[in-house]
Amino acid sequence: MVGDGDVVMSDGADRHKHLCKVLYRKSPFADEDCFQPGEETRKYLQEECKVLVIGAGGLGCEILKDLALSGFRDIHVIDMDTIDITNLNRQFLFRSRDVGRPKADVAADFINRRCGHMGVNVTPHNCKIQDYAEDFYSQFNVIIAGLDNITARRWINSLLHTMVEFDEDENPDGSTIKPLLDGGTEGLKGQSRVIIPYMTSCFDCSLDSFPPQVNYPMCTIAETPRLPEHCIEYVLVVEWDKHFPNRKLNTDSPQDMKWIFDQAKERADTFGIRGVTYSLTMGVVKRIIPAVASTNALIAASLVNEALKISTYCGPVLNTYMMYMGNEGVYIHTFEYEKKDDCLVCSGTIRNLSMPAATSLQGLIDSLCADPSLKLQRPSITSDKAVVFMSSPLLRKDHEYKLPMTLRQLVDEGVLGENEVLIVTDPIIPSKLKIRIALT
Amino acid sequence: MIKIYGVGRGRGKEGENKPAAPKRQPGEIRIQKELDELELPPHTSIAVPDKNNLMAFHITIAPDEGFWKGATYKFVFNVPGAYPHEPPKVKCETKIYHPNIDLQGNVCLNILREDWKPVLSINTIVYGLLYLFLEPNPGDPLNHEAADALRTDRVNFARLVGRSLKGGVVAGESFPKLT
Repeated sequence: MVGDGDVVMSDGADRHKHLCKVLYRKSPFADEDCFQPGEETRKYLQEECKVLVIGAGGLGCEILKDLALSGFRDIHVIDMDTIDITNLNRQFLFRSRDVGRPKADVAADFINRRCGHMGVNVTPHNCKIQDYAEDFYSQFNVIIAGLDNITARRWINSLLHTMVEFDEDENPDGSTIKPLLDGGTEGLKGQSRVIIPYMTSCFDCSLDSFPPQVNYPMCTIAETPRLPEHCIEYVLVVEWDKHFPNRKLNTDSPQDMKWIFDQAKERADTFGIRGVTYSLTMGVVKRIIPAVASTNALIAASLVNEALKISTYCGPVLNTYMMYMGNEGVYIHTFEYEKKDDCLVCSGTIRNLSMPAATSLQGLIDSLCADPSLKLQRPSITSDKAVVFMSSPLLRKDHEYKLPMTLRQLVDEGVLGENEVLIVTDPIIPSKLKIRIALT
Repeated sequence: MIKIYGVGRGRGKEGENKPAAPKRQPGEIRIQKELDELELPPHTSIAVPDKNNLMAFHITIAPDEGFWKGATYKFVFNVPGAYPHEPPKVKCETKIYHPNIDLQGNVCLNILREDWKPVLSINTIVYGLLYLFLEPNPGDPLNHEAADALRTDRVNFARLVGRSLKGGVVAGESFPKLT
């Protein structure tokens, strides 16, 4: 243990003198069982800890900068997008000459140029998060998300939950748990949250609390449009499909967007509505929400502080949700978002079963129903590839032919994989049950 | 305080042979659960054309009262991956003369768009569609001509619907024979 003031300077410590004061000293707030003040913790942070940043946009640029300046060195960033001229006002790692280049590449280059001498190395990935599988995500210790949509957040949340392994007593194995730090901003409002799979509530637990996206009534946009948005929405939902029945709108294509704008403008003129502009069209179609640079800075800072604490155990971690509301005065609220009992992602148990390969599907269902700890009534089972069985009287007939087949036959036919985690639902369980069957 | 000892400290090696990312997302698990527990009202049925894809299915409604009694209508449901944050996309595949369903099959039902909430379900939507057959709403028209006809003269509207169901021409549009 190092005394006050006389911090031992090694190469890394010298550059992060202030950080080391936090990492080298005992803290009454840190969890005594976890936090080991000293060189070892700094070494972990700088030589072992590997962090992934999802998104290199408004939040992503801030997060990358904060990570690099906070002592993290092995940083990866993933983003599918290219730089647009409208990003430059706040995404400060980009310059006008970078327009059109991949965000992840440019952001990584910038940080490496600026902080490379500190040992920081940012590795870019120019692709969708869905392009990578578990083996990619399992190499990281912490994942920070600066995303702009719910679909991607749900995807990564769900994947990180499926990566957790459980022991025989159904307790999660901590070393397979990847903390997810998720941030989001909208104008002067922002939030950051900590998701520790199976230990805290997860993203899907809070799905009901999100305001639904603005959808205008079909009859209003079709028959009685009053706002410029109504005209754009009508072209988007009705006219695009009518003119291009088998083509998906590409919101990044200027031609496609121009077509939407022209049609919307024409429609607006017919109804005497003013205000349809190209930028409004972009905003409505891409559901763009306003971005304020300083809100991004604030939320990114909170995320990186949490990343630092969760990696080094040097202080208590945000439990679990922080909201910043700067639009109506200034108000910050921190609270524990509780787990939802019937969350389809993080509730429900996993069972490891061992069964003779000659067991029929009927036999498997019977044994699930007979298990006194499960007490299932009429389970339905799906695998990644197929619907194994639906018990509902309405859909049962589609799958009844599989009941006499053996598990081996079902594996051979590709209905399920050997050792695959199957999802079981039953009216008696509020959430789901996962089973993994080892064939004997 | 959250006890996090050990959390985040383990990690796999890149390229380790781990399973590919699961295809099933939370929305699909929710649909599995919903369809498994679906309780359809009388005179409705469900069919899943690709038995291994529960995210696309048909609901068939055969109203036993109201203007469209005796006919059968097929609604195509496509459930987005973001379900239940986003509502399913529903289209009426059978051409219909109805104030709230246009000739392309677009349906004007509040819970399919502006009033959708994640607590609603496929079951709620089926009841909503059924309601459109019992209480067509000329105040929120999608087919203006049909709405005007219903508003001005119910008896005449019933006659026009009757003609459409027999495969006749109404307001210049020909309809399939359904009764």
